[in-house]
Amino acid sequence: MDAGSLAWVLISAALVLFMTPGLAFFYGGMDQGRNVLNMLMMNFYCVLVVPVVWVLVGYSLAQGGSGNFIGNFDHLFLNDIPILDDNGGKLATVAFLGMFAAITPALISGAVADRMKFSAWALFVPLWLLLVFVPIFKWVYGGWLGDRGSLDFAGGTAIHVNAGIAALAAVMVLGRRKGWPSEGHPPHSMPLVMIGTGILWFGWFGFNAGSALAANGQAAQAFMNTFLAAAAAGLVWIVVERFRDGHATNLGAASGIVAGLVAITPAAGFVSGVAPLVIGGIAGLICCYAVKLKHRAGYDDALDVVGVHFVGGLVGSLLIGFFANPKHFDGAFDAGIFYGGGLGLLAEQALANVAAIVWSFSITFGLMVLLKRTIGVRVSDQTEAEGLDIAEHAETAYH
Amino acid sequence: MKLITAIIKPSKVEDVKAALTAAGVHGMTVSEVRGFGRQGGHTENYRGTEYRLEFVPKLMVEVVVDEEQAWTVIDAIVESARTGKIGDGKVWMTTVDELIRIRTGERGVEAM
Repeated sequence: MDAGSLAWVLISAALVLFMTPGLAFFYGGMDQGRNVLNMLMMNFYCVLVVPVVWVLVGYSLAQGGSGNFIGNFDHLFLNDIPILDDNGGKLATVAFLGMFAAITPALISGAVADRMKFSAWALFVPLWLLLVFVPIFKWVYGGWLGDRGSLDFAGGTAIHVNAGIAALAAVMVLGRRKGWPSEGHPPHSMPLVMIGTGILWFGWFGFNAGSALAANGQAAQAFMNTFLAAAAAGLVWIVVERFRDGHATNLGAASGIVAGLVAITPAAGFVSGVAPLVIGGIAGLICCYAVKLKHRAGYDDALDVVGVHFVGGLVGSLLIGFFANPKHFDGAFDAGIFYGGGLGLLAEQALANVAAIVWSFSITFGLMVLLKRTIGVRVSDQTEAEGLDIAEHAETAYH
Repeated sequence: MKLITAIIKPSKVEDVKAALTAAGVHGMTVSEVRGFGRQGGHTENYRGTEYRLEFVPKLMVEVVVDEEQAWTVIDAIVESARTGKIGDGKVWMTTVDELIRIRTGERGVEAM
């Protein structure tokens, strides 16, 4: 790895790390004031436990060897990762991917907000990482799904669709919050949500443009796409809101920005021109209706992880089948329908997402049932009513 | 002695303070309170879901004054806190049996 690329990957890794606190604030502001510290802790816990699991065994199972379904044990404890060879590029990549591993389970925390026992979350995160994140990551990046030709630049399928559908499985086992949906749970701090959104957008430049794993034109295009898709999606969301509900809201802008970022994630290094505006706009439009599905279907996805991350990730991943334009990227991948390709790429995108959805949903559901039957996954009714901050962490956010 | 308690719109607190000072009042206590009267609550909208918030934020102003001063102070509050729109609040007066300044132990009107 050349010096410029190494510098960019290292900076990108730090940018992705910053996304987890950003996500914590984004979720924490939307959460109840009596549960905000629990939400922050669920997120920060991910950047405590995941790096440990990642270097002990996670990276090796996610990237080691040439297996189709799972890695091997060649890189346990970072064994055989060169430091000076390749100018440190390999080591930087292990760190960079570790940041992705940390934020992926953190995404699920928004769905289980206000009612999950912290002890259950503490076990859920490392187990979910090894049983769900690691295999799907291997399938997409160096396994059977990637080999078949499906595309996922920075983790639309491997991260957002995966975590989004896992969130649905988790809340189906966990159950609804007391009083939902008859009692409202409006955000306790919109400024916190907006700070979190800003941090997420900032960090997402590392997430997407860093995924080129080089300082090159593809990284620059991914950077531009990250910029444009978020803006387009946020704009569409507030326009829809203004005419549907009467007002353009901060939460609408924030939700649109995140939906756009999620949707452009799988496509960031494969599309160009106006494609990011179209992908972001479509994602904003679909997601601002998708967040209402939970009321009809009756699942209590507290902070809309399914409506934003699952739906947004799926929309972006499938739109690759239309907008992928290899002419601008040295022909390194198949073309989408709008750029001379056939239905083949779209079919591969669909297959990759179905595979990830089936695995993630079923294993997450099983894991949650196992935790429910052993240590229990839900706090007591009293704790839920009085707030998780005091009961689970002996702390109060606001005095 | 009388305790004058007023529930006012938060945006009017500076006007009320100026009017009270002009009326010769030397101190006041302001608390953030929430409640509803005829104004009712308001509606907020998050991700397309409407939330009805029944309690409206208000400020509660309390002053203890000499009996002769009481109606002047009430008039000052009513005039300064009024916008003419629903939700302007209420003022009421109650009798205070005793008042003691903690620092000196002075009692009654001396402690004001």
